[in-house]
Amino acid sequence: MAKVLMKGNEAIGEAAIRAGCRYFFGYPITPQSELPEYMSLHLPKAGGVFLQAESEIAAINMVYGASGSGARVMTGSSTPGIALKQEGISYIAGAQLPCVIVNMMRGGPGLGSIQPAQSDYNQSTRGGGGGDYRLLAYAPASVQEMVDYVQLAFDKADEYRNPVLVVGDGVIGQMMEPVEFRATAASDLPPKDWATTGTGGKRPPNIINSLYLDAEELERHNIHLAEKYNRIKENEQRWESVGLEGAELVIVAYGTTARIAKSAMENLNRQGKKIGLLRLITLWPFPEKGFAELDEATKDLLVVEMSMGQMVDDVRIVNEGKRGVHFVGRSGGVIPSTALVEEKILEILERSE
Amino acid sequence: MVNERTILAGFGGQGVMLMGQLLTQAGMIEGKEVSWLPSYGPEMRGGTANCGVIVQTEPISSPVVEGNATSEIMMNTPSLDKFEKDLVPGGKLLINSSLISKKASRDDVEAYYIPSSDIANELGDTRIANMVMLGAFVELTGAVEPESIFQALESRLGLARAHLMDINKQAFARGAACVKEQRN
Repeated sequence: MAKVLMKGNEAIGEAAIRAGCRYFFGYPITPQSELPEYMSLHLPKAGGVFLQAESEIAAINMVYGASGSGARVMTGSSTPGIALKQEGISYIAGAQLPCVIVNMMRGGPGLGSIQPAQSDYNQSTRGGGGGDYRLLAYAPASVQEMVDYVQLAFDKADEYRNPVLVVGDGVIGQMMEPVEFRATAASDLPPKDWATTGTGGKRPPNIINSLYLDAEELERHNIHLAEKYNRIKENEQRWESVGLEGAELVIVAYGTTARIAKSAMENLNRQGKKIGLLRLITLWPFPEKGFAELDEATKDLLVVEMSMGQMVDDVRIVNEGKRGVHFVGRSGGVIPSTALVEEKILEILERSE
Repeated sequence: MVNERTILAGFGGQGVMLMGQLLTQAGMIEGKEVSWLPSYGPEMRGGTANCGVIVQTEPISSPVVEGNATSEIMMNTPSLDKFEKDLVPGGKLLINSSLISKKASRDDVEAYYIPSSDIANELGDTRIANMVMLGAFVELTGAVEPESIFQALESRLGLARAHLMDINKQAFARGAACVKEQRN
């Protein structure tokens, strides 16, 4: 299929419909409102249902219901709206239901700003709801990648019976880039024999639930979930690495910031520096395997984020004290410039000489 | 080898966003790497609007055009005041001289003055000032072919508004002519 020029938010909607999503429940919020807008126009044409809920809390519980009945379902929001959905997400994870949640991050905390940010890293990787649960979290860096990972997210959600989070920021939601909708590979996903589709008098009823009053039973459930999360950790880490071999310093970033950092890297490498880039595609599981590829020559890691440095903790954990871990970023909705990243890199290189 | 990073800015209603999208789509039609990044905010009618467009041969890393613009299309005075600093030395600056009475304050950039709103009014439709500027831009930078812009516009107008192609092409040609004249 030929490429089309699309806004990130709209491309997510089209990708979801093509992935078989037939239900969207949401509430508008900048900078992701083009997603519900697109869904409101196109989902009914595909035989689906778009519903603007009375609140984010209602929307996520509608997702819970639709997913329990075996449907492919999605919701989307931005930072404060995703915060409101956290309780529902915990219930969905507890009940082991598949769904896709899109977060086009904006500045926080609180109502924050409407400009691009990445300050929901902790929320995305640790969760804001109660209990031991995890979400598979993708952080695409272009409109094309957004499309590809939204489609993959639906399959992974079904495969693991787990909510999958796709995070972007205002830039990726609002920008236009050429995209190609590729046919998704036929997947051999298990049948949804757990869904509440009606017994037809032939089987005992399926019950969707996250309440376990017997402590030992809940512990067994938690152990089962933990095993699943370990499987995800083992199989689903994704990252992109550029120029790691011989790199003096490697930038660690994701999403829009990784693209800005890449420009900084290219500028410095043209001046004879040796800078690499490790771009996270999954925020959770954290791509530890990517860090195992780092070169002995690499003395420093520079985390670049649109936050006050939320990802630094995870980089320190995987680094085990081997290299210097530094941070540069902007927050509140300010996009870091390539010049800022370049200055920071030069400052670090100078110090380690 | 194309390597054009452009800031387009004006007030809401001047067709700044559409102008950027047509340029982006034209680049895509030619198989180039492209991106279009709009400003967004609590915008209001008559407020400012701007977008950054990249059209280049190599894959695009950062889609943000800030401090490294190779060209600019400035449709009103506040835009010129805000973005003139973002041009690289030697960058190309297109100024809508119908609405901007001042000259470029930098002498290390190539400035062109296009009375695009006046030309649009002369042609009978003030809304096509953006096409006058786009004609000037394409003539000046060669970032894309005029034919690709027309193809992009045709797809945007659709059949119902196909009759508007002619006046848009006229506007485009007038803009290009302004640049030719000033270059000599």
